[in-house]
Amino acid sequence: MNNTPQSENVLEIRDLFIAYEPGRYAVKDVSAHVRRNSITAIMGPSGCGKSTLLRAMNRMHELYPNIETKGDILLDGQSIFSMSVIELRRKVGMVFQRPNPFPNMTIYENVVAGFSLNDIRLKKSQRDDIVENALRNVALWDEVKESLYRKGTFLSGGQQQRLCVARAIAFNPEVLLLDEPTSALDPIATSKIEDLLGELKKKYTLVLVTHNMSQAARISDDSMFMYLGELVESGHTNTLFTTPKDPRTEAYLTGKFG
Amino acid sequence: MSGDRITKALLFISSLTILLLGAGIVLSLFGGAIPAFREFGLKFIVSPAWNPTTGSEEYGALSFIAGTVITSILALIICIPMAFSTSLFIAEYYNGTRTSSILRSLVDLLAGIPSIVYGFWGFYALRPLLVATGLSDQGFGVFTASLVLAIMIVPYATSLSAEIISMVPAELKEAAYSLGATRREVIFSVVIPSARSGIIASFILALGRALGETMAVTMLIGNANVIPKGLFAPGNTMASVIANQFGEASGLKLSALIAVGLLLFLITAIVNALGKLIIKRFA
Ligand SMILES: Nc1ncnc2c1ncn2[C@@H]1O[C@H](COP(=O)(O)OP(=O)(O)O)[C@@H](O)[C@H]1O
Ligand SMILES: [Mg+2]
Repeated sequence: MNNTPQSENVLEIRDLFIAYEPGRYAVKDVSAHVRRNSITAIMGPSGCGKSTLLRAMNRMHELYPNIETKGDILLDGQSIFSMSVIELRRKVGMVFQRPNPFPNMTIYENVVAGFSLNDIRLKKSQRDDIVENALRNVALWDEVKESLYRKGTFLSGGQQQRLCVARAIAFNPEVLLLDEPTSALDPIATSKIEDLLGELKKKYTLVLVTHNMSQAARISDDSMFMYLGELVESGHTNTLFTTPKDPRTEAYLTGKFG
Repeated sequence: MSGDRITKALLFISSLTILLLGAGIVLSLFGGAIPAFREFGLKFIVSPAWNPTTGSEEYGALSFIAGTVITSILALIICIPMAFSTSLFIAEYYNGTRTSSILRSLVDLLAGIPSIVYGFWGFYALRPLLVATGLSDQGFGVFTASLVLAIMIVPYATSLSAEIISMVPAELKEAAYSLGATRREVIFSVVIPSARSGIIASFILALGRALGETMAVTMLIGNANVIPKGLFAPGNTMASVIANQFGEASGLKLSALIAVGLLLFLITAIVNALGKLIIKRFA
């Protein structure tokens, strides 16, 4: 993938400030790093800036035209703000809260949507390979191989979400950002996704926003705890859950807020 | 409690009145049209004859059906590119900006202009232009009428399509952006395909408007009771023949005019129902 020697940190966030309206910061002075082939959970009460921070990592936050960003995020040592967004988003994919397969496309078309949207022409055999690989990687292949040409919206919620993961990894990105990917799913579908994430971290680096503490504890290697836009504490998940340094982290972990 | 019941009764009575009014209109149309259909049968629909001379009276609706359909379809063809691009501009490209909200109010303003004013404008501003191009002697005819009709339905189609386009879920657009799609790719591969049936429906509803439009068309189409011989030839629509002739009509002619009205009612009802059905399935 990359010829330069790979440092342990894929992402470096440096003194990041983000405001939707001038002077009102949704993310305040956040510095952190994300280790390669790990799962980093971002936790915190609703409205504390988790999604904003996550979306900054592939510059999806720039879809809001008035947004103001200060500070920097490095991907493999290079500032993401100096890259083309298109390049960046191919390296840093995203999965959303609610499953959002394209309703006008078949399952097959959904998986290769990233290529067709970008007018990247592929041979049929290449496309077939990508589709099969991506669907196998999300453990969906056996369930849908007979119905590849049906609309993706016929699948169950959990299957749709795995389809969305397949769509995001079809490009073979370095990082996969997931914004509460299981919050719209039932417990069985949730645990399937959690197993899947454990598999995916062998190939990719995952950043997971979750409102669910036990989920973070179960599957993440590192955790960040945010409160009112600030990164209160971050580190190994075990350490953070057992011996939190900040009283606010402790309060959150013991269910005092949000 | 009793106030509640009074309100309920009042609401019930007004709804019932509307229902009865609607039924009454349809019934009297049917009743009035019976003599014409008894005289000419279904030939009334396929005959282009319109001869009020006593003794050799003969009436058929085909000229007017043709006039209505041709002007409306032509208006729709002119309307589609304008309304489609304006609605994309308002609801997607510049959505949420000042420019967009100014344009939105302007479109609504245009939609509220009475049809007689459009007719006037067509008569005094547009018609002389057509005469100047030499395409038409007096500037009356199918094309002039269609052009004004198009301008009249553009605001309607635009605001309906804009409504539909802004209903495309943000999460679908975000999914596409997160896959590295550009603005243009998101619009052409996600927004338009997702909104397609709704956009089509808004054009069908705009067509419904054009079919029944009377005043402006009457002032510009030339009022010749024949199937139009060309784009710049005069003709007459179903609505405008009624507007022109109902005053001095009686007997069989009156019945023929009412029958034309009934046909117009049926055509617009079908077109509107179709549009509404598609919109409903979309939403
Ligand atoms: N599109 C937006 N416009 C203005 N403010 C926003 C927008 N999105 C989020 N915010 C604000 O930014 C803050 C952080 O939001 P968010 O990142 O969505 O939090 P979380 O994901 O932790 O619930 C909140 O105060 C929220 O109200
Ligand atoms: Mg959020």
